[in-house]
Amino acid sequence: MTDPLTSYGQSRKARIDALAATSVAESGTVEEAPGLSLIASAWQRLRRNPVFLLGAFITVAFVLLALVAPWVAPHDPAVGYLLDKVRPQSNPVPGPEPGFPLGADSRGRDLLSRLIVGARQTLIVGVFATLGGFLGGLVLGTLAGAFGGWVDSLVMRIVDVMLSIPSLLLAVSISALATRPSQWTVILAIAIVQIPVFARLLRGSMLSQRSSDHVLAARALGIKQSAIVFRHMLPNALGPVIVQATLVLAVAIIDAAALSFLGLGNPDDRKPEWGQMLGQSQQYLADYPHLAFWPAACIIVVALGFTLMGESTREALDPKSRR
Amino acid sequence: MPKEVCGPVLRYIIRRLLQMSGVIVVLSLLLFLWLRSLPGGTVSAILGERATPESRARLEKALGLDEPIYLQYFRFVGRALRGEFGASTGVLPGRDAFDIFLTRFPATIELSFLAILIAVVVAIPLGYVAARSRGGWLDNASVVASLIGVAVPVFFLAFLLKYFFAIKWGLLPVSGRQESLGCTRVTGFFVLDGLLTREFDCSWSALRHLILPAFALASIPFAVVFRITRAAVLDVLDEDYVRTAEAKGLTKQVIRGRHVLRNAMLPVVTTIGLQVGALLAGAVLTEKVFAFGGIGEALAIAFQMRDYSVLQVLILMAATVFVVVNLLVDISYAVIDPRVRTR
Repeated sequence: MTDPLTSYGQSRKARIDALAATSVAESGTVEEAPGLSLIASAWQRLRRNPVFLLGAFITVAFVLLALVAPWVAPHDPAVGYLLDKVRPQSNPVPGPEPGFPLGADSRGRDLLSRLIVGARQTLIVGVFATLGGFLGGLVLGTLAGAFGGWVDSLVMRIVDVMLSIPSLLLAVSISALATRPSQWTVILAIAIVQIPVFARLLRGSMLSQRSSDHVLAARALGIKQSAIVFRHMLPNALGPVIVQATLVLAVAIIDAAALSFLGLGNPDDRKPEWGQMLGQSQQYLADYPHLAFWPAACIIVVALGFTLMGESTREALDPKSRR
Repeated sequence: MPKEVCGPVLRYIIRRLLQMSGVIVVLSLLLFLWLRSLPGGTVSAILGERATPESRARLEKALGLDEPIYLQYFRFVGRALRGEFGASTGVLPGRDAFDIFLTRFPATIELSFLAILIAVVVAIPLGYVAARSRGGWLDNASVVASLIGVAVPVFFLAFLLKYFFAIKWGLLPVSGRQESLGCTRVTGFFVLDGLLTREFDCSWSALRHLILPAFALASIPFAVVFRITRAAVLDVLDEDYVRTAEAKGLTKQVIRGRHVLRNAMLPVVTTIGLQVGALLAGAVLTEKVFAFGGIGEALAIAFQMRDYSVLQVLILMAATVFVVVNLLVDISYAVIDPRVRTR
């Protein structure tokens, strides 16, 4: 009935559904630690997993840096301190000098400060895009799961169409609709692309829980439907959602960079963001590659941190890998 | 193929074909609505910002923009079916947009084909070895490597390759598809053309231009194919028939070749076909870095310069190719795996 449009969409669907199914996999005991719940046993394994620990370390460091950025940065990222050293012909990008260890950009602004403060804007783009995708998915997924019937069919049909289109192309198409591109149009475009993923994930985990023992028990006790959904089903869906959210955060940061590279990003660079810095460094690539290297390195490390954390948590939650 | 297999497969193919035509209708509708909601729009694009209301109205009438929207949609479909998308305004001003697609499409096919080839040749053996030594250092290292592949923006990888191999060390060309050698064009596939006309220097030049963008683009399917191969081999290794084969005392080669690899390849083969969409998105970025002259670069320029004619032809054709390839994947899956047909 709900065949997706393309088998590409189908494979993305299968991946999401497998993740959603982990929300009911807690029954049965784990050999290595009998009697532990799924989350607890997943944590037992994650605590000793070097891949997870590395990802978590990077993520925590990044978030801390983003929080304290304005106080740590040596200079104001929006002020062109070295503007008088910029010569469009001979020296468009001032090199390092005392007080400016990485040099400046083409407008004489301190590169190091821009990188540090950029952590905050990058986190904002990633978190808001992910949050937008999650909230949109929550509304759609709950709507579909709660009403069922034709509402469910219609919503899931739309979701499947969106899943069938490669996400970056969809994000590019959406941001091309903006009359005046800004940070928020970038966030909105990336968030919209992620809505179907979260919608399918939430609906899938609701559906697989509907027939599980704990929901049956709650229903037998005469608990209200809304309470079952919000107090018994949603909390169990949280594990898969958190896994997906960490993976989406990485994708959001990378996609924002791609949008900037294609000239569809935020043109206002007073508040630096890594993807924007990388996108704008393109014209100086051949002669001043460090302008691209630094923001790219930051993006790669942070995206890797989120991905390592997300993927290892997914593997830990997957009952198949618990053997 | 025996008769009892042919029937269900044929029925399956017909069902998918019908489904596909529905998909293309939906896509054309979405594309039409999207084109209509782009800022600026056709009239402003042609007349510029300072057009008088009268001249705008005249042009709108001439273009049929004052008609009801469903009529405009049917006109749009009619023109699209005849390959009439109008002239380019930004990518190659004045050239027919459909022509631009036709001349540039082979470049992107060449690039994507080589990228998939590279990814498969490296990722499948690596995925197999990683699964065999699960939890070992090789396994962990290659898993992390494939995740790094996901974390590196593809256009930055393209830039890294370009900076070191082309700009700094001068080993390979910086941009373009071929040096100007006065090559004869036959098919539009430059490597193939050189082989056909025996102008081997042309093929060689085209191949050298392909290497860097292809490696950059290969990072996208590489990560996916590696992960799927590893997961599939892990799954198969756990199957009872492998244990049976081991218990029977079959040699390692036979178990590997006949029982493990052949069964593990099922999901891998289909995954490769599914990479077309992601490859296209990657090609937009990679081709832009190398000014490669395929439809990806044209798309990037068309978005920046708001070249609506080129945008619509490229997106419609790309979507059609995407859907057709997906259909082929489905059909090949039905042929390989009998279980699919009964669904």
